Amino acid sequence: MTIIAEELARLEEIVRRLESDDVELDAALALFEEGVSRLRAARERLLAAELQVQAVLGEAGGDLRTADLDG
Amino acid sequence: MSLSIPSLAIAPTDAVWSVSELTTAAKRVVEGGLMPVWVRGEVVGCKAWPSGHWYFTLRDAASQVRCSMWRLDAQRHGKPPADGTEVFALCRPVIYEAKGEFQLKVSRIIPTAAIGRQQQELERVKGLLQKDGLFDLARKRPLPEYASAIAVVTSTAGAAVRDIITVSRKRWPSARLFVLNARVQGDGAVDELVRALRVVNRLEVDLCILARGGGDKEDLAAFNTEAVCRALAEVRVPTISAVGHEIDISFTDLVADVRAATPSAAAELALADRREVLRQLDDLAARLGAGLGGRTRFATERLERTSDRMQAAVAALLQRNQHQLERLGAQLDALSPLRVLDRGYAVPLAPDGRVLKRRAEFLPGEPFRLRVADGNVPARVEPE
Repeated sequence: MTIIAEELARLEEIVRRLESDDVELDAALALFEEGVSRLRAARERLLAAELQVQAVLGEAGGDLRTADLDG
Repeated sequence: MSLSIPSLAIAPTDAVWSVSELTTAAKRVVEGGLMPVWVRGEVVGCKAWPSGHWYFTLRDAASQVRCSMWRLDAQRHGKPPADGTEVFALCRPVIYEAKGEFQLKVSRIIPTAAIGRQQQELERVKGLLQKDGLFDLARKRPLPEYASAIAVVTSTAGAAVRDIITVSRKRWPSARLFVLNARVQGDGAVDELVRALRVVNRLEVDLCILARGGGDKEDLAAFNTEAVCRALAEVRVPTISAVGHEIDISFTDLVADVRAATPSAAAELALADRREVLRQLDDLAARLGAGLGGRTRFATERLERTSDRMQAAVAALLQRNQHQLERLGAQLDALSPLRVLDRGYAVPLAPDGRVLKRRAEFLPGEPFRLRVADGNVPARVEPE
């Protein structure tokens, strides 16, 4: 599972728990804080990223060589 | 306008259709129900118009049908086929309304003679791959929902890689693309494609796109070879084949987990759309806020309920205590000496108020008082 999939799954879980009736208030506040910071981090990660394109050039001593490819 | 022809009409005036209504209805029936099909027939009277469009007739022993081929499609074929050429024509049946004619709109024609040997080889490879289950739908793997690293096997000289990069940058800029260059047609193409597909298995990627550059000459041969198909089937991550055209299908399209019509479409299938995920995050943020709001409201209500309950508890306590006080009062009352006096007893009291309990305390001639229920009675000890 990729990072964003995990993030979305965790956020979904947080929201579900907040929406349920069996969470104590202090636990709810903790969930809310976690949710807010995760949301912010996920949004920043999505917005800040820049596509990486690498050409796989071939093998050198068993390792694959790569080089940035101009998009 | 209804598509059903009124079969119960007795007189013409019951339900009359205009010619154009009927041809439009026929057009809908014909064009709505039939996908592009390959038709085999003999070309007759092919005429290339100055506009670039071709018009000809396809016929066999029993029937014939008028065909048109638009400029862009005709251009790819060079010269119009000579009379009597037997061809496979990829076409879409249409109704030409102005003439009420059934026609074929042709997009490709291939002389059957050119197909022969090539076709035999294709059939052989197809049989082998089919026998080994490479086309089986059961072995298709789903694409990962949020792929972040993608291998792209294609010619870096072609347009495919540009298209994939452009779409990826727009949809999911946090992705990493690993481009493996391979010739996609001509000599060496098969070997290079096979080698590149094997290298994919050494990369940390979520999926693999096999693409043929747009704008390349129409040559799918390498993608129909047994070697390339088997190498594709051995790729350990889910695969997308974006090799054919919208209507051409290569064997790699059938072997890959998913087929895409174009390299751009492949990138769209491969990567999630960042904007959609951002919208999803917005939605989660709203629910998070509402969730906490609901939670605090719930807590407030509970506090209110608790305070109500406390008040009720105190009231109940007070009431219970009051009963107890009343009971205690009653008990005290029963113990009161006054109640004893009521029953006819009397208490002798010395002038100083002491209760006289012993015979010795009564001195002859001394006054005292008797406390009875309703008051005091003066008394004196008789001399012995």
